[in-house]
Amino acid sequence: MGVLIHKDFEFIIQGITGREAVNFTRECLEYGSKVVGGVTPGKGGRDVYGVPVYDTVREITAQRKVDGAIITVPLAFAPDAAFEAIDAGIKLIVIITEGIPRRDASQIVEYANIHGARVIGPNCLGLIIPDVCRFGSLGGPAVDCRKAFKPGVVGVMSRSGGMTTEICNALSGAGLGESTAISIGGDPVIGSTYTDLMPLFEADEDTKAVVIYSEPGGSTEAELAQWSVDNKSRLPIVAFVAGRFMDEMPGMSFGHAGTIVEKKLDSPADKIRRMRDAGISVADEIGDIPKLVKERIGA
Amino acid sequence: MRLYEFEAKRVLAKHRIPVAPQKLANTAAEAEAAATELGGPVTLRAQVLSPKLLKAGSVESAATPAEAAKKAAKLLDLDDGGRKPKGVLVLKKVDAGADYSLAVTYDGTRKLPVMIAATVPGNVEDIADQHPGKVARRHFSALLPFSDYTAKELVSSLGIKGAELTRLTGVVSRLARLFLDYDLTQANIPSLARLADGSFAARDCYMDMEVEGRARQGAILAELGIADDDTRAVREPTAFETAGKKIDDDDPRGIVGPVVEFDGNIGLVIGAGGGSLTLTDAVIKAGGRPANYAAIGGNPSVGKAVALTKLVLSKPGVEKIAVMSNVVSNTRADLVARGVIKAIVEMGFEPKDKIAIFRVPGAWEADAVKILKKYGVDYCDRTVSISEAAKRAVEKIGA
Amino acid sequence: MAMFIRVDVDQAIVAKTEGLAAKLVEVCPVKIFAPGSNNGVQVVEANVDECTLCDLCMRASPDGVKVVKLYEH
Repeated sequence: MGVLIHKDFEFIIQGITGREAVNFTRECLEYGSKVVGGVTPGKGGRDVYGVPVYDTVREITAQRKVDGAIITVPLAFAPDAAFEAIDAGIKLIVIITEGIPRRDASQIVEYANIHGARVIGPNCLGLIIPDVCRFGSLGGPAVDCRKAFKPGVVGVMSRSGGMTTEICNALSGAGLGESTAISIGGDPVIGSTYTDLMPLFEADEDTKAVVIYSEPGGSTEAELAQWSVDNKSRLPIVAFVAGRFMDEMPGMSFGHAGTIVEKKLDSPADKIRRMRDAGISVADEIGDIPKLVKERIGA
Repeated sequence: MRLYEFEAKRVLAKHRIPVAPQKLANTAAEAEAAATELGGPVTLRAQVLSPKLLKAGSVESAATPAEAAKKAAKLLDLDDGGRKPKGVLVLKKVDAGADYSLAVTYDGTRKLPVMIAATVPGNVEDIADQHPGKVARRHFSALLPFSDYTAKELVSSLGIKGAELTRLTGVVSRLARLFLDYDLTQANIPSLARLADGSFAARDCYMDMEVEGRARQGAILAELGIADDDTRAVREPTAFETAGKKIDDDDPRGIVGPVVEFDGNIGLVIGAGGGSLTLTDAVIKAGGRPANYAAIGGNPSVGKAVALTKLVLSKPGVEKIAVMSNVVSNTRADLVARGVIKAIVEMGFEPKDKIAIFRVPGAWEADAVKILKKYGVDYCDRTVSISEAAKRAVEKIGA
Repeated sequence: MAMFIRVDVDQAIVAKTEGLAAKLVEVCPVKIFAPGSNNGVQVVEANVDECTLCDLCMRASPDGVKVVKLYEH
């Protein structure tokens, strides 16, 4: 099972001819994902490792079912690409592009909501159900990806793409594996937060626990803490909060766009306190995460 | 990117949100003249960016122009993260029939902009903690054209009626519109006074413009006289940091940054985003003192890794570097290995003498291992955790 | 000098095939090839270590181009 994607999930890549997109198109194909088309305006008619390239999304959706789209176009064109995918009826959209201003991100998410579509990201690497479907650029080349991600019982959500792989690598190494791993994005406004996704993991019988990676900035951890108190979830949650050194450096920006301590709610210390109060286990080191998960699920 | 208070107030005035009587002074003499002209007791606010100073130490009161001059001299001499204050704002103390606070920001939970109003002055977040009954919120769309009725609903929900309702609705609407128009992430009026004639005037204001939105805000930035290279960091960038930014600007392939200088001895060439946060925490937890924060990611070119390595290794006091990352996906271990080794060889050193630890597992790690072996550099694979790698780096380099 | 990669080009083969030189210039994502004299290509030494091992040049000309990893020898 797992969430959001499945073995027959068919998707397109908008911006498929870019330097990074070419790379991960090959990686997704080698992993066994069904990449059914790509879009780069002006480059219709070409192909990338056998995947046909079109000028518009509708040229693809007019002739076949498309379950998802990955947007990895240059910053200036990203909102437009998202609106194009939403209007073409695509229901799951991963936005990899980094640096999209909040106003645009908010517009994209609102438009998606109106049309019943879900957005993952921006500023993320997508998601993966190990050995079933990879929808994005998590894990790198298929051979390296298979080392880090193994089928298993933990649902992973991470504000950092890189740390998604690091955490899954630790879980896989400990024999726990992942049901689905989602890089949710490092920006202050993202399409799907922890609490938006928790009900999906809750309904997924493969998932026995959830691990989240979080950072300074934003209210999404406070929101998750509140959610845990309000909903008596069957799933234990283990969290890791990076950037503790930033508590001493208010106003300085590190890492992602959303990573800044401006308010009390932003600080790692406040996030850790709220989550612990809500019964979420907070790991001090990445290496402690598998042990805490095992304790919580009694494995 | 923080605007100075006097700039934020210029933006308010431009959009017909009145500002309480004030003058910007750049010298003690100007402050004295301003106090004389405004008449009566005044408040003096140093125009600073450092969060510490904004919290405390940048505001004074003066009963007379002479006192204003003395206090202004003191405020103008503050150290604002390596800068001097950009003047002192001299504000007339005005009597208010009522004092409200307004804020517009983004709510990451609802993914929408939100207007917040309170019937008392201050920081709306603190007010919400202490007097939740005195605060109201109203989300609005960034997609659809702004409708004034949403501001009216907000004001009305605070129990405000009559002429005050319509006047305040106008202020809130204008604030929400300019918030969207200028790519602000915060537009706050912590003190909005209702004057004797029933009109409103902002006594305090601060705004943050989103760095990512700056490129399309050239017009207002030019109007405010904010130069392209004015980053409004909480402290002035050091030469090391400026050099780091240049490396990033010179080559669009991948990301090096932010580069931040610390005062320790452990040179860090570490994985971007979350990995670098986690690694920096781990080095500090292991008792180490980082010389810098220099995140590298987004699959940087070899040249970019060369430039960053040279920068870090040329920092005085840095003998060795720790090259560490989370398990990489798009950034390639082999290209990072090529970059750091090339830099060290070009500087005339032996890679094995300068690289304390290399822990970059993931994409293309097999090639990275071959490169490192050829140059005799120790390599940690993915079974060595981030914490363990950081500990080894601290042991090898010394705290 | 490049430390990690060497690109060997058989200019005679490249020159023989119409459009191959231009194709090599186009496919390389890191600009290792530049148009050369007599229908050939020039190897841009400064870019050789940037090679991403994408193999696109070798696919374009299996006989004419060879990318050698110096760290394997």
